[in-house]
Amino acid sequence: MAGHAVEHDYHLIPPSPWPFLSGIAALVWGVGMVVFFAGLVPRTGESPMLEFFFSKGLDSLQDSYRAAGDKVGADGGWIILVVGTLFAAYVMYGWWKDVAAESKAGDHTPVVDIGLRYGMIMFIMQEAMFFVGWFWMFFELGLFHKMRAAWNPDVLENADEYATSMAPGIKGVDPWNLPLMNTVILLLSGTTVTWAHHALIHGDRRGAKWGLGLTVLLGILFTFVQGYEYLELFHERTEGHPWISTDAFGSAFFMATGFHGLHVLIGTIFLAIMYLRLVKGGLRPEKHFGLEAAAWYWHFVDVVWLFLFAFVYIIFAVGM
Amino acid sequence: MVAIPESEVPAEGGYDDDGKPGFFARWFYSTNHKDIGTLYLIFGIISGLIGGFLSFMMRMELAEPGIQFFTNEHQYLVYVSMHGLIMIFFMVMPALIGGFGNWFVPIMVGAPDMAFPRMNNLSFWLLPTALICLLISFVVPGNANGNGFGGSWVMYPPLSTTGHPGPAFDFIIIGLLAAGFSSIFGAINFITTILNMRAPGMTMHKMPLFAWAVLVTAFLLLLALPVLAAALFMLFTDRIAGGTGFFDPARGGDPQMFQHLFWFFGHPEVYIMILPAFGIVSHIVSTFSKKPIFGYLGMAYAMVAIGVVGFVVWAHHMYTVGMDVNLKAYFLAATLVIAVPTGVKIFSWLATMWGGSIRFTIPMQWALAFIFLFVVGGVTGVMLANAGVDAYLHDTYYVVAHFHYVLSMGAVFGIFAGFYYWFGKMFGVMYNKFLAAAHFWLFFIGVNVIFFPQHFLGLNGMPRRYVDYPEEFAIWNSVSSMGAWITLAGVAFFFAMLIEAFIVRRRVGDNYWGEGATTLEWTLSSPPPYHQFNTLPRIEDNAEH
Ligand code: HEM
Ligand SMILES: [Cu+2]
Repeated sequence: MAGHAVEHDYHLIPPSPWPFLSGIAALVWGVGMVVFFAGLVPRTGESPMLEFFFSKGLDSLQDSYRAAGDKVGADGGWIILVVGTLFAAYVMYGWWKDVAAESKAGDHTPVVDIGLRYGMIMFIMQEAMFFVGWFWMFFELGLFHKMRAAWNPDVLENADEYATSMAPGIKGVDPWNLPLMNTVILLLSGTTVTWAHHALIHGDRRGAKWGLGLTVLLGILFTFVQGYEYLELFHERTEGHPWISTDAFGSAFFMATGFHGLHVLIGTIFLAIMYLRLVKGGLRPEKHFGLEAAAWYWHFVDVVWLFLFAFVYIIFAVGM
Repeated sequence: MVAIPESEVPAEGGYDDDGKPGFFARWFYSTNHKDIGTLYLIFGIISGLIGGFLSFMMRMELAEPGIQFFTNEHQYLVYVSMHGLIMIFFMVMPALIGGFGNWFVPIMVGAPDMAFPRMNNLSFWLLPTALICLLISFVVPGNANGNGFGGSWVMYPPLSTTGHPGPAFDFIIIGLLAAGFSSIFGAINFITTILNMRAPGMTMHKMPLFAWAVLVTAFLLLLALPVLAAALFMLFTDRIAGGTGFFDPARGGDPQMFQHLFWFFGHPEVYIMILPAFGIVSHIVSTFSKKPIFGYLGMAYAMVAIGVVGFVVWAHHMYTVGMDVNLKAYFLAATLVIAVPTGVKIFSWLATMWGGSIRFTIPMQWALAFIFLFVVGGVTGVMLANAGVDAYLHDTYYVVAHFHYVLSMGAVFGIFAGFYYWFGKMFGVMYNKFLAAAHFWLFFIGVNVIFFPQHFLGLNGMPRRYVDYPEEFAIWNSVSSMGAWITLAGVAFFFAMLIEAFIVRRRVGDNYWGEGATTLEWTLSSPPPYHQFNTLPRIEDNAEH
């Protein structure tokens, strides 16, 4: 209202270019995804159907499907994808920079701070439901393979074997090897992040830096171990056939652990940004919601891993 | 009621007096909930025109047996699929939640804006991105029969995997993911706004019913959409040659599982589309009966109950996939349970009108029509909920009639009711009553003529999603197509009404509905100032809802 002072503590934000640019970045990225994976222009062959079917593919894993020259991204999709990703990264950088500046300027009053908390909790709830989808798929595959084998004797090449195992011919990953190590890594990182948080509250910035730095390193370590495990699975476990294209179990395994891995990566970046802010003198003992949000997110990622470890690794190895 | 100092109430045209940003910044970089709400409404109208064009073409095609307009079956199916997707994700949801939710939830709870104004704009700008992806899908190859995706809005594999290997469906996946993220961010925003930014004295149990409706809707969005996102990702990777095999029985996968994931989202989705309309209708019925809503708490918690139970009934869409009979019995019973809180709502609206001094204004006409037609759709829903009956009716025009009674007459009537109710509030001008009445009556008659005969067609066994049909279905189909013309005339009056109103500009006062309108938006100017409530309103103890 004209000339009338604002008498509330809410945070009204002046116009910002980032959301609009995000929309454009999402468009570029989305088109890139489609062109990269599906292709856009028909190339050779008879029906568009066959062409499009065979112009797709994660074929670094799948060279046997077609000639190497006809790789994914032959339409130049990867260029669009990279541009989209960089664009999105730039937008996120600008956006979060604004948020950090506003936080520093004192725009995050107590009531706004509570709002941010609600927002983060809702975001994590949403992420949890996303994983519910993947676990649902996994349990369905694990629990009802007998039934499906009986329904599809003529489609399944090896219906009898499916009756006894959800993934016939697949040697499980030994859960007590690399996966156990990753479990320990994540649990340990859960404690280091809590250490960092408490150290910060007690004004021990040195301790906080150590705790947070270690957490980031453990996160990176997790990603490396998982990458190593994947490499092994791609090349060794299934006589040249990567799991992902072998059967539904491989699909569930890779997509569920893969999306978890992606979340670990996001969480690590989130923590790393908090580390940088800490080093630069940001994050005060009485007000450091960014760090708390990163820690919440990290614990969430941790819990999802425990579920993956318990069900996708252990139960499968024990036999389901 | 609400104490706002006289000096606070800005002059007419409050929009013009407080340094609003220039055109580009205002409409593209907006962080203002009212401007973003307007953008959503405009977006909804544009999508409605596209979706409406598709359905009109379908009705013209079906006016008589044989194939008249479409080049082949595939093209017809593309129109069917895109009509469903565009109307649901790009018309009803943006209009009800994005449009009215943005405009009125902050005002009703007494907040100056949404909790995260920038993220609010992100929710909006992901939608044009999504719509562009869907429109691209029209013109890129779908399968050997031509461009576009023709596997219906439910996107079941294998039609959506090996059945449409071209990039058309990949674009739809990307578009729906973008729309999904838009809604998830919107949901987070609404929940935070409602839980954290209520004005002093505005307890949850004093909050207007529209805000309650949007709160429940936001939770449904938050919990249902990520599951759809997971399912869409599965489709995306399944479609890659040598990719995953989630839905491929030859590789131990299960196509039925997609239906579970989809409907776990899909059934809450139908309530996402109707709950905000419930909220709007409650306000209108109360305003024009000049009575507070009957059984306010019951009304609020009925919506909560509908939301909760809505999550455990999904498989009533899958009675014919070969489910275990005990499962069918469970889903049958659970589905019937939803009729109870729905009944609470209907009877409370009736009780609100009972003994009230009713004014049959344009929004009230839409609201009354909503109640009447929603009951028709609800009753056919209860019919369909019976697994045995549904074995016969599933995928017939009876289902089409059912969901159009709850959607094109439920959700859409709710949208128009809200549009006319708040038209003056949002734009500061009054609509022409004659044009609005013509819109209402033509639309009301038109949609009923379209969809009522479809009950008969369905009962006679006409399956849905076919471009052609045998001679014996000809009569009711031609009647139904006649209804499309009447509806089109109604839509023409809608646009005439809009144009007239913005040319003539009959200004309205703060509370042009008078005594019955008690929520906070009626204490502000029309249109409200660019930023309302610089001093937060205080709700007194005995305030009405
Ligand atoms: C009393 C409440 C309701 C009951 C008992 C009910 C029941 C059902 C049942 C059993 C079906 C499946 C029919 C079949 O495919 O064979 C169905 C379909 C449908 N219902 Fe409802 N319904 C109710 C309310 C609603 C509402 C409020 C909406 C939306 C606003 C809605 C939208 C739909 C849609 C869109 C479909 C069709 C989905 C498709 O197959 O494309 N229903 N309903
Ligand atoms: Cu349903």
